[in-house]
Amino acid sequence: MQNAITLRRRRELITAAILLVLLIVLPLPFHDPYTRNLMILTLLYAALAQSWNILGGTCGQISLGHSLYFGVGAYVSTLLFVWHGVPPWLGMWAAALVAGLLALLVGWPCFRLSGHYYAIATVVVQEIAYLLFLNWDYIGGASGVYVPFHGQSWMNLQFRTAKLPYFYVMLGFFALTWIAAWLIEGSRWGFSWRAVKDDVIAARSLGVRVFPSKMAAAAISGGLTGIGGAIFAQFVGYIDPDSILSGPLSILIALPAVLGGVGTLWGPLLGAAVLIPLRELSSTFLGSSGSGVDLMLYGALIMVVALLRPQGLVSLFQRGGNGSTS
Amino acid sequence: MTFDQIMQVALSGLLMGLIYALVAAGLSLIFGLMDVVNFAHGELMMVAMYAAFTLWQVSGLDPMIMLPLVALLMFGIGMAVYRLLIARALAVRFNKGMVQIFVTFGLAIFIRGAAQMVFGGEFRAVTGTVLADRSWHLGGVFLPWPQLAAGVVCLLAFGGLYLVGRTEFGRALEATREDRDAVALIGIDRDRIFSLGWGLGAATLGVAGVMLAGFYYVSPNVGANFALIAYVTVALGGFGSLMGALVAGLLIGEVEAVTAQLLEPSLKQVGMFAIYLAVLMFRPRGLFGKI
Repeated sequence: MQNAITLRRRRELITAAILLVLLIVLPLPFHDPYTRNLMILTLLYAALAQSWNILGGTCGQISLGHSLYFGVGAYVSTLLFVWHGVPPWLGMWAAALVAGLLALLVGWPCFRLSGHYYAIATVVVQEIAYLLFLNWDYIGGASGVYVPFHGQSWMNLQFRTAKLPYFYVMLGFFALTWIAAWLIEGSRWGFSWRAVKDDVIAARSLGVRVFPSKMAAAAISGGLTGIGGAIFAQFVGYIDPDSILSGPLSILIALPAVLGGVGTLWGPLLGAAVLIPLRELSSTFLGSSGSGVDLMLYGALIMVVALLRPQGLVSLFQRGGNGSTS
Repeated sequence: MTFDQIMQVALSGLLMGLIYALVAAGLSLIFGLMDVVNFAHGELMMVAMYAAFTLWQVSGLDPMIMLPLVALLMFGIGMAVYRLLIARALAVRFNKGMVQIFVTFGLAIFIRGAAQMVFGGEFRAVTGTVLADRSWHLGGVFLPWPQLAAGVVCLLAFGGLYLVGRTEFGRALEATREDRDAVALIGIDRDRIFSLGWGLGAATLGVAGVMLAGFYYVSPNVGANFALIAYVTVALGGFGSLMGALVAGLLIGEVEAVTAQLLEPSLKQVGMFAIYLAVLMFRPRGLFGKI
């Protein structure tokens, strides 16, 4: 039994290595910035969903306020960069630290709530942060923060028009979140967290420390999401509460994992690869007229996938199909 | 601050609180019945507001006269949503909770898109009704008639919900809530009760939406804000509790009015969110929650 698990985990690692090579060459034939932009966003949301999945999928705590960690991470690294010239490579770790600590701070009261009470509390905490940031003039308030351009450099993660470097940075970020998820899956923590997800009372009676498990999952999940915010800020060059700390973004962080397969290793990437291009293409080609057709398509896709593939799109690729995805 | 100003804030908060309470009641009813949080709740209210707006535009009659019609329409829409989506979401075998959240969430986006397509993104308003632009002066306190009427109608609707709870149907609702499997043994069709429950929940939104349309702009995004307040209200009052929705709605309305007075208006929701979090620390299942 132990052997089968080790074998499966090794196979996953090999799949990941092959996929990594494929993803490294993927953008090379496509030269137009639009396509490359699309790939960057897909990887970004795949990585964010992978981070969300650690808390929402593995540990079963459905957070609908993850843009809080994304936004705070973006603000931390951007303000360090703008005010003190700290390079984003360092800033992103500061972002991870602050976002991770914030996740602990939010988790401490909220993990006493269960089910829908927990989900709604996460939305509310994020909305409070949104309103406070919107009115906090010291850090730019509603008008946001521009990231000044200090010339093309890897050090500052700034590239005038080139998209390719950002693609590789995002790929690195996705790889980081995937490795984290893979390590957790095979560790003692992974077993405890899945037990918390499946049945809190049974887990507790088996000696799993429920509250610390949730806190650890939240800290890792929030910290990784914060790194994403830091990279995103350098990529777009401008941040404001509406673009990085909003309710719709929180949902968009969770959605790829839900559509692809909650609690699975490959669900977030698969979900993002379907959802993000569809969303971006439909808003480019159908949404420009403001007709709302793009939203209808997006909403319908979510409903159809959730109803027809409740275990996620990843189940389409599973042979044997006994439905065990976690 | 003078006495009049204090009364003004208190009464404005009370009237808005009644609307919040009724919107939350529909959500709470559905949740209590079948453990489903409807994340398209705000968007269904937006549909009711557009229905009121359209009927007014076509007929020229006051939306309040149309109230029964809109409520009936919403009843049908609620039942259709249950039959087409929710019944299927309840039947899935994996990730049940997650599927329910995201199916209703997908529905919310879909409705928003549809509203955008039919009505465009502009803000629209019902104007020139009998009550519009009039207000009742009570000493130094000034109460707009549309808000007053909305408050009264919401109270009546609460009374109606209470009475429904005492009928045969209400007892069947209560029984289904208590034990959804056992009711089948005594001849209650669970599926029918669930779909009527959705109809009733949506119909209360119809009432709230029509009254709100009397003094509030309609746009495809109008639901989002009210929905968030509704979730907070329901969680604060306790999922499934009618009394909880009423008390929490009034509390939220008051806190919002006071915060808007003390802080900048753009921060007015911070107060209600903070109160909500504070209460949940002591009562994790809300003020009146049992489940």
